[in-house]
Amino acid sequence: MPPRTLETLTLASVSDIVIARQRARHWAIEMKFSLVEQTKIVTAASELARNTVEHGGGGTMVISTDGNRIRQALKLTFEDKGLGIADVEQAMRDGFTTSGGMGLGLGGSKRLMNQFEIDSRLGQGTRVTVTRWK
Amino acid sequence: MSKLAEIFEKYQADIITDWIKEMSAANRRKDLMSESELKLQTNELLHAITDASKNGNSSDINAPHWAPVREMITSISSSRAKQGFTPTETASFVFSLKQPISNRIRKEFGKDPDALFEELSASNFLIDNLGLYSADAYVKTREQIIVRQQEEMLELSTPVVKLWDGILALPLIGTLDSARTQVVMESLLRTIVETNSQIAIIDITGVPTVDTKVAQHLLKTVTAARLMGAECIISGIRPQIAQTIVHLGINLTDIITKSKMSDAFALALQRTGKTVVKRMQPLIPSTNSGAVS
Amino acid sequence: MGVFLIVTIQVDMHDQLAMKLQDDLTSAIAKSESRGVLIDISSLEIVDSFIGRMLANIAAMSRVLDAHTVLVGMQPAVAITLVELGMSLPGVRTALNVESGMALLHSLSDHPKESEEDASSDT
Repeated sequence: MPPRTLETLTLASVSDIVIARQRARHWAIEMKFSLVEQTKIVTAASELARNTVEHGGGGTMVISTDGNRIRQALKLTFEDKGLGIADVEQAMRDGFTTSGGMGLGLGGSKRLMNQFEIDSRLGQGTRVTVTRWK
Repeated sequence: MSKLAEIFEKYQADIITDWIKEMSAANRRKDLMSESELKLQTNELLHAITDASKNGNSSDINAPHWAPVREMITSISSSRAKQGFTPTETASFVFSLKQPISNRIRKEFGKDPDALFEELSASNFLIDNLGLYSADAYVKTREQIIVRQQEEMLELSTPVVKLWDGILALPLIGTLDSARTQVVMESLLRTIVETNSQIAIIDITGVPTVDTKVAQHLLKTVTAARLMGAECIISGIRPQIAQTIVHLGINLTDIITKSKMSDAFALALQRTGKTVVKRMQPLIPSTNSGAVS
Repeated sequence: MGVFLIVTIQVDMHDQLAMKLQDDLTSAIAKSESRGVLIDISSLEIVDSFIGRMLANIAAMSRVLDAHTVLVGMQPAVAITLVELGMSLPGVRTALNVESGMALLHSLSDHPKESEEDASSDT
């Protein structure tokens, strides 16, 4: 199965976080992930979608597949045109928060998924890509 | 219609005869597949290839019009993987098609070197891709078999047993790797819900060593069980493992540990409000006592 | 022994709804002078850090209002994920289902001294 985009969602308000969770669940079930894996994927989607809405001032979430004929992966890409993150390393640390939250969004979703990539530029925006392999 | 498709159409019968001959010359497994079955497969596959090359170009076998061919190769390769063919034997089923096709191309375009070269390249490219596709399908099926066997073995090695109403035990034996620990722990947590058990005893008497990852999985399981409303007791920690845990700096202070499983069970009974008492009178009274009324 | 409040969360809540639940519940505890709150999350398919924080807040606030909180019915997949996320809800009491949760609330309200001790050691 070659890499393929399954769906693109707009993340503008907090109610879109719920939709992001539902669509992530839909595709995780479609790709036959186990219940625990589904829950991890959906939770990571929720955390990252909230980051996009609250810190990035809104953006998009792209759900896609990755992998080859032998192994498949579900990939979620979150992109915003917000302020960007000044110190990515610091933001990844558990407990770091600028919004009064738990500060588990980035570090936590990294632990829930197999691959985690972050690209953030000050004043230009942030892109986070997470992948879970089957 | 492409020239390749024309050749497939024109020489269908000849190609099949040569193809089967080619396979017999190679190491054909008469013990695993009958002649008639093989004939049927070659016939079907060549028809599908002919149709697909008539419907569009043959440079990309991942294109939609090649789907019937891909499906057929997948099913042939996966059934061979299950029957016990080797990867070479499976892939050579497709590769044996190369020579018969090349022969027809030569017959058709022998006098025109440019066309000959072009069609040979196109057919080689196609057969190579189909062969690789068949190898992938073979590996995928083997992979599925391995995964299934692993799951079956893991199920056998994760005996979550009920000791009493509300008390579960998980006696772990053998080396724990990260994957096995994860499966074991998931099955423990599921059983806690299914049996409505408040206490689970994880006994690691039969586990020779514990590394950081495994210790962390154990800790996470205890925490997850607590979130669900159940308590875990870890019993049977060997002295070496206790040393490892301390050296690794893993914090077990929030976790109840007991040296023996029997101690853990006693504690579990106590926590669930049960006691074991010794009977004052013998269960079967002797004939001359007459004490029992 | 005072009244107990029982809350069952059945829908996938968006953040504002979760905040509203937290506010409503805290005022309800104060108003009814409850001694205990039972939150049933057995139909929740995920608990992310936001909902997790809300649950921890309810427990902490009810403690201040002299009530106990028991969280019941968390699914195994949810619990595994929450631990991996880094949340172990240390100050929150838990039980497998509504029945054992109610039993726990009763025993906590019967022995207020012991429960106070427990509550402080949890944080």
